[in-house]
Amino acid sequence: MAKVTIDGRTIEVPDGTTILQAARMIGPEVAPPTMCYYSKLKTSGGYCRTCLVEVTKGSEKDPRPMPKLVASCRTTVMDGMEVGNNTSPKVTEARKGVVEFLLLNHPLDCPICDQAGECHLQDLSYEHGSSKTRTDFERRTYDKIDIGEKIQLHMTRCVLCYRCVKVANQITDGRVHGVMNRGDHSEISTYVEQAIDNDFSGNMIDVCPVGALTDKTFRFKSRVWFTKPVTAHRNCEKCSGKVNLWYKGEEVLRVTGRKDQWGEVEEFICNTCRFDKKQTSDWTIEGPTVVNRHSVISANHYEVLAKPNEFKLNEVKPLPLKEGEKS
Amino acid sequence: MQLTNRSKVVTKPEMTFVEKLYLPAIFSGLGITIKHLFKKKATLKYPEQTRQFAPVYRGMHVLKRDEQGRENCTACGLCAVSCPAEAITMDAAERKKGEEGLYREEKYAARYEINMLRCIYCGLCEEACPKDAIYLTDRIVPSEYSRGEFVFGKDVLVEKVDQRIDVSKRKKTYTI
Repeated sequence: MAKVTIDGRTIEVPDGTTILQAARMIGPEVAPPTMCYYSKLKTSGGYCRTCLVEVTKGSEKDPRPMPKLVASCRTTVMDGMEVGNNTSPKVTEARKGVVEFLLLNHPLDCPICDQAGECHLQDLSYEHGSSKTRTDFERRTYDKIDIGEKIQLHMTRCVLCYRCVKVANQITDGRVHGVMNRGDHSEISTYVEQAIDNDFSGNMIDVCPVGALTDKTFRFKSRVWFTKPVTAHRNCEKCSGKVNLWYKGEEVLRVTGRKDQWGEVEEFICNTCRFDKKQTSDWTIEGPTVVNRHSVISANHYEVLAKPNEFKLNEVKPLPLKEGEKS
Repeated sequence: MQLTNRSKVVTKPEMTFVEKLYLPAIFSGLGITIKHLFKKKATLKYPEQTRQFAPVYRGMHVLKRDEQGRENCTACGLCAVSCPAEAITMDAAERKKGEEGLYREEKYAARYEINMLRCIYCGLCEEACPKDAIYLTDRIVPSEYSRGEFVFGKDVLVEKVDQRIDVSKRKKTYTI
């Protein structure tokens, strides 16, 4: 066991835990944001540098601070380690720089993008970024690649987090897509424009932190905040069948996996559930999904508001009279 | 019971003979009426005459087109989500090949409706719009005979290519 202090809050975690996991155990106030790390995918993390933290004290035995900011998703804790996340001005400054780099080539097409409203890059730049750009260069563009009937790939929006590649590697058997070229020219592509027809390939939509991989069956159907998420399940042979249905009126526009507070899916779902079961009769509905009230998705949804106490006039009884008072 | 010292005692003295005739009071009253005939009128003959509006006046909406006549709106939904009265609804569609001259971006609003009876003319939609598409103008919403006619669609809201609506007074430039 190792005792680690993050932003002044101490927690005891098993050896081998990363700083990020320890911070998440403490709570969302101290957890660094992540773009590429995904706890359900092995070897993910280490690419985006958004989770940088400052280690002010290495450990109990060696109290020297670490010379540079470290990626908290890849650094394991030591006993007695002290970490600065939101309280460290160095980290705030570095994160601002990271956001600037991520947005260097990211198009500002949020009004068109289907991910807007549940985009991690939007949240990240809103919380940690600066509101103007300093670059004078043209943004990087790509030729459109068609990767199949169900999934839409927008390479221009990709931040190269490699999550989708890891999904293809770990969840599906035999990946048909990966990252081509190197450095600034890297891009996600399927080899020889091979269509992705694996049963679990749709999960790359859920893991994508930006709008690079989106649901083609949902394309331009509705903005996320006009739809109403409902928790539902069905008996599926291939997956757990636990999903969120996104309704607009009576129509199921989209099916996604259930996401936890870190924006990661709880259980991966199969393509049949995701793309083919879009009737209310296919699902057993559990109830409306609780959406964080700070999320734009909760705008104009009133189901979590408390109903004011109602009373009927006849039931109201007069207050008891005080001594010596006449009614 | 006396609450303050400002109360006045009302006296009603007997009227004199001249006062009892009521004629002086009637003529002075008529005098006031006649004086108003020569004063400047408080009303004007709408719709032949119209008043000048303040530059901040918020009237009927317009959906703008760009210089090439393409619709600016991309159905991003920010106006609808910012609308406190929930007056705006829309459906998006994808631009097809050959429609590049009609819509500025890949996505456009296939249906865009504002319920003018719900709208409170707060101008938040205009402020939320990232595409310079919606503006509140100094035009007055015409009166109609049924509620349904107040749901304005794209046929009314989008400006005609040859009949542009000037919104230069309301355009804001932000510097960060």
